[in-house]
Amino acid sequence: MSRMPLAAMIGLMFTAAYFLSAIFAGVIAPYGMAEVVGDSWEPWSATHLLGTDTIGRDLLSRMIWGGQTTIFVASAGTVLSFSLGATLGFVAAVRGGWVDQLLSRTIDLMMSIPALISALVILSVMPVTLPVLIVVMGVLDSSRVFRLSRAVAADIAVMDYVEAARLRGERQSWIIFREILPNALSPLVAEMGLRFIFMVLFISTLSFLGLGVQPPMADWGGIVKENKEGIVYGIPAALIPAVAIATLAISVNLVADWVLNRTSSLKGGRGG
Amino acid sequence: MNPAISPIVKLLVQRVALGLLLLWAASVLIFVGTQILPGDVAQSILGQSATPVTLANLREELGLNQPPLTRYLGWLAGVLHGDLGHALTNGQDIAQAMAKRLGNTLFLAAAAAVIAVPLAITLGVIAVRYRNRWPDKVISTVTLATVSVPEFLLGYILVYLLSVKFRLFPSLAAIYDGMSFGDKLYAVSLPALVLVLVVLGHMMRMTRAAILNVMQSAYVETAELKGLTPFTVIARHAFPNAISPVINVVMLNLAYLVVGVVVVEVVFVYPGMGQYLVDHVAKRDVPVVQACGLVFAAVYIGLNMLADVISILANPRLRHPK
Repeated sequence: MSRMPLAAMIGLMFTAAYFLSAIFAGVIAPYGMAEVVGDSWEPWSATHLLGTDTIGRDLLSRMIWGGQTTIFVASAGTVLSFSLGATLGFVAAVRGGWVDQLLSRTIDLMMSIPALISALVILSVMPVTLPVLIVVMGVLDSSRVFRLSRAVAADIAVMDYVEAARLRGERQSWIIFREILPNALSPLVAEMGLRFIFMVLFISTLSFLGLGVQPPMADWGGIVKENKEGIVYGIPAALIPAVAIATLAISVNLVADWVLNRTSSLKGGRGG
Repeated sequence: MNPAISPIVKLLVQRVALGLLLLWAASVLIFVGTQILPGDVAQSILGQSATPVTLANLREELGLNQPPLTRYLGWLAGVLHGDLGHALTNGQDIAQAMAKRLGNTLFLAAAAAVIAVPLAITLGVIAVRYRNRWPDKVISTVTLATVSVPEFLLGYILVYLLSVKFRLFPSLAAIYDGMSFGDKLYAVSLPALVLVLVVLGHMMRMTRAAILNVMQSAYVETAELKGLTPFTVIARHAFPNAISPVINVVMLNLAYLVVGVVVVEVVFVYPGMGQYLVDHVAKRDVPVVQACGLVFAAVYIGLNMLADVISILANPRLRHPK
């Protein structure tokens, strides 16, 4: 930790700040999530630091509550996509043969349709609720995690210690979780950061299209949707989520870069 | 058969067959996704307040009483004959409604691609030429920023700056018959610019990586030692050898444009396929969603297939087998 570069430090600080404000939204948000406290689109002032939105709700509070929803949905989706993708990827790498073929070809098929299009097709017949959104996003995204974890695990599965574990008769689950997982963790953690950002962008896009988080619940994509009419009159309320999403994405990126560099230098690779 | 041609032809036939197989599987997936998922399509279209009679009528109209396989085969046969069915909401013929919108979408995507592809490759080459110096860092930082913001927000930022503050471009991309080509280009200028920014980052970074990869070869070092200027080294020696990965990058990003276009069309209220799809997802108009999903999947799979085919053709090792 002592040799942590400045960029990663800044990234970590911002990421932590976003997560803390999401967790303690109820404590730090000056007003309630759907509380109407003023006129529509009031300018920035001491009482409303970021002004008010299209129907007079405090925008700073909306942003904090929205961050909670966005970060929660994105985190849950990431966890699901990782548990599913990594487990299947490891199983495919360890078992090989027809299991690997079946899983890999299914994933190829899933990736042959863009994730957003698949999500729209599925959401056209499913009720749009938070659990459904999380499952849809997590399952669609697990294809990418599958590819990575299968590649990483295939390299590890031929190591001597895995062979030794096999020969002493360990069960498949032991080999996957006690032999392969600890050694595959670092590249997966770095990837996790990128998948998380992708999830944030994904849920924001769906909400913006009106097919994600439903009002009156706040979320960053929804705030853009609610306030987009103001832009034509020169009211920048809809652009505030851009700042939040971009800073969160860049800071998570910086942390993920650092994790990746650190682990590749452990292996004696680049980044010394 | 000419022995020099056959391996390439074999590879190409394989790729095209694989693409068609994928497309067929995608059609199954789209059908399964909308018809066989838990939940009743008729119920979700009509909502909770529907009476049993209207539900039964809609099921009959959608053919939900038939077994799924029969429905799928019927749908597939229709699609193959160019009949995409009728929209539930207004009874319009989908193929007809879609034709013009598809044209509009392709026009927008083409306008974006014509700008983005040469620009991304040029920037990638410049970044390699000045790698780890300020031009490289500036290009990398700016492109990192553009890929960290979702497409729709990029759209609104540009609207705010370019059409509200400076009044340079129209904020809505209204397009209709009888507009001159120049007017049409002017109308799509902002959405095209957004799409350019969206794909530019990925395309430039991947181009840079592909050329850097080649820059480590022995022949590039030889060229440098001969005393050629850095740009000549890149243009004459590195780039031709990186052309196959670069083409792949370009194609992948054009395929990515297909997705970006959905969101951007909604931002600019552009009468294209994306707007059509999103509108009908909200209205739960399943036949339209199926048709749009299939068209998007076909374009996406087609571009990926084209990427494979071109990189096979661009690889001289395959053209002149030993």
